[in-house]
Amino acid sequence: MLHIQNLHASIDGKGILKGINLNVKPGEVHAIMGPNGSGKSTLASVIAGKDEFEVTKGEMLFENEDIQELDPEERAHKGIFLSFQYPVEIPGVSVTNFIKTAINETRKSKGLGDMPANEMLKMIKEKAEMLEIDRKFLSRSLNEGFSGGEKKRNEIFQLAMLEPKLAILDETDSGLDIDALRIVASGVNKLKSKDNAVIVITHYQRLLDYIVPDFVHVLHDGKIVKSGDKNLAKELEAKGYDWIKDEATV
Amino acid sequence: MELKDKLLASFMAFESSVDIDSNVHDLRVEAIKKFEDDGFPTKKLEAWKYTSLYSVLKHDYSVFPKGEPRLEYADIKQYFIHDIDSYKIVFVDGKYSSYLSQTTHDGIDVCLMSAALNKPKYRMVIDKYFNKAARNEGLSALNTAFSQEGAYIHIPKNKVVEKPIQILHFATGTETGLMLQPRNLIIVDENSHLEIIERHQSLTDNPVLTNCVTEIFTNKRAIIDYYKVQNDKQTASLIDNTYINQKQESVASVHTFSFGGKLTRNNLNFYQNGQRINSNLKGVTIIGEKQHVDHNTLVHHIEPNCESHQDYKSIIGDSAIGVFNGKIVVEKEAQKTNAFQANNNLLVSDKATMNTKPQLEIFADDVKCSHGCTIGQLDESAMFYLQSRGIPKKEARALLMYAFSNDILSSVKIPEVKQRITKLIAQKLNVNLGFDL
Ligand SMILES: Nc1ncnc2c1ncn2[C@@H]1O[C@H](COP(=O)(O)OP(=O)(O)OP(=O)(O)O)[C@@H](O)[C@H]1O
Ligand SMILES: [Mg+2]
Repeated sequence: MLHIQNLHASIDGKGILKGINLNVKPGEVHAIMGPNGSGKSTLASVIAGKDEFEVTKGEMLFENEDIQELDPEERAHKGIFLSFQYPVEIPGVSVTNFIKTAINETRKSKGLGDMPANEMLKMIKEKAEMLEIDRKFLSRSLNEGFSGGEKKRNEIFQLAMLEPKLAILDETDSGLDIDALRIVASGVNKLKSKDNAVIVITHYQRLLDYIVPDFVHVLHDGKIVKSGDKNLAKELEAKGYDWIKDEATV
Repeated sequence: MELKDKLLASFMAFESSVDIDSNVHDLRVEAIKKFEDDGFPTKKLEAWKYTSLYSVLKHDYSVFPKGEPRLEYADIKQYFIHDIDSYKIVFVDGKYSSYLSQTTHDGIDVCLMSAALNKPKYRMVIDKYFNKAARNEGLSALNTAFSQEGAYIHIPKNKVVEKPIQILHFATGTETGLMLQPRNLIIVDENSHLEIIERHQSLTDNPVLTNCVTEIFTNKRAIIDYYKVQNDKQTASLIDNTYINQKQESVASVHTFSFGGKLTRNNLNFYQNGQRINSNLKGVTIIGEKQHVDHNTLVHHIEPNCESHQDYKSIIGDSAIGVFNGKIVVEKEAQKTNAFQANNNLLVSDKATMNTKPQLEIFADDVKCSHGCTIGQLDESAMFYLQSRGIPKKEARALLMYAFSNDILSSVKIPEVKQRITKLIAQKLNVNLGFDL
């Protein structure tokens, strides 16, 4: 589904990703871990198409198609979704209007008409209930004044509404309380199928207890320096990153 | 001939068409002298530093349109907020059109300035109010000199006018260039409530210059909500001079929506003559190409315990130019004044310009005054956020611009006006977002 080879990316001439290799197949869950500043969010942004970052080298295919020249919205239309580490506040646009616009623009790109209003309402109700989101919340301005946890839950609500093929969750667990973490994780699990894939960026094993990864990768200084199965995450939790950094520099 | 000379020369001809033995005419004579001295404002004046009238004044305007143009309601329906029940006062090339208007005699005076200026039964009111709020200078003086036609509205006390009044001024194509000088007088007596929607609309591609003066008096506890819809053709320019004289506990709100026109200058002046007065000045400006919109506001706090709220937002694209010059004067006696001013601007092109200048003159010591202005671009991270959810660039931009101007619309009290403005914004941004704000 996603094939990344020797990917280099920089911002203002400063190299941040320094040769990433990553293969994600349908049905898989990949976890990406790594110290602060190692490039995890950058990788997520580059996959989603943020044009601040310049891809200087390497290959990035989504469903066998080169996506490097595509705008973020075109990537979204193909089924890539990024749940932001820091969701942006958009005053003046309600959650509902925003999600309606996002869904209908995605449909438009596929030559479909607007989703009928009653169908939309039903879907909104369903997904909001699944994530235990209060209806009142949906008429508020997007992310404006939301608590950290509310923002994250709202990201997953949008994920649930848009039903992407590839979901990248950038530290969705940070800011969530224990109950919210369980609700959000079970929401993600419900959306999982053999046809879609998830990349989970996290610092903690806690989330991976719920969303169990098939692969765990450690990013350090713009490179994946170690990959393994779910036990690698447990080892990291116990030992920290130093031993991997040492291994990497040897 | 220069426009100024042409106007001075035509004053005598104008005099032959009006009653020169009236108090009003003494005011006109005084005003034309003042205009002769002042002339048109130039960029040398501090208040006109960022706005030059040169490109507007160079055309040859007819100052007395001769034609008797005939318009059908169907041709102009689109310029009304037509889905509400309202009174309508319609002028075509400066002349009242009874055919297109819809007024009332139901206990309120909604009639013509020409009638008010000439009929004895209005004399007392005219002597009390006419030209008492307007300043005798430059363009306002010019308007006073030629004052003859416009809307005259007098709401007696304790009356809530349940239908809004729409005032429309049309300019047609029968002249090569047309200068119009409407003069409106609006008086809202004690405890009364009035809503007005005003629009100047050119129907021709020839240049049109409108120099309008509106005087508004709100007496004790009166409320007026005034909506100015400025979406004229790009061959039309407007100098809109509004003077609002408020008495105690009255509330006056003016919303100015500036989307069209070549050059628009809004001189909006509030004078607070009483305690516990509330003045609201709101504006949304969305312009592009080579449009120029200048908001020049004054709030004069004269007595204690009053408030004023100014909130102007603009989105400037292409090579358009925006100006905001907001002056707040708080007199020594005006203790406990609460004056708020905000001017936020988005520049959406490299060539767009915004000049913003708050001017505070505060002579009282116990006041709350806050002001802030920002000039910025669309937030890149917000753009990426929207795009990453599948919203294309153009729509994402429009959505952010919508969102930016949204809170100004929240104080619009007539839902149909709000809807229309929302539609005009969408049109102006060239998008169709399947929802209302
Ligand atoms: N817009 C930017 N301008 C300059 N440097 C940037 C920018 N964005 C990211 N960087 C730098 O790139 C590096 C990687 O940042 P990134 O946000 O990808 O880290 P991360 O692995 O997600 O860290 P964290 O765990 O703290 O979220 C950091 O050194 C950061 O300072
Ligand atoms: Mg990060």
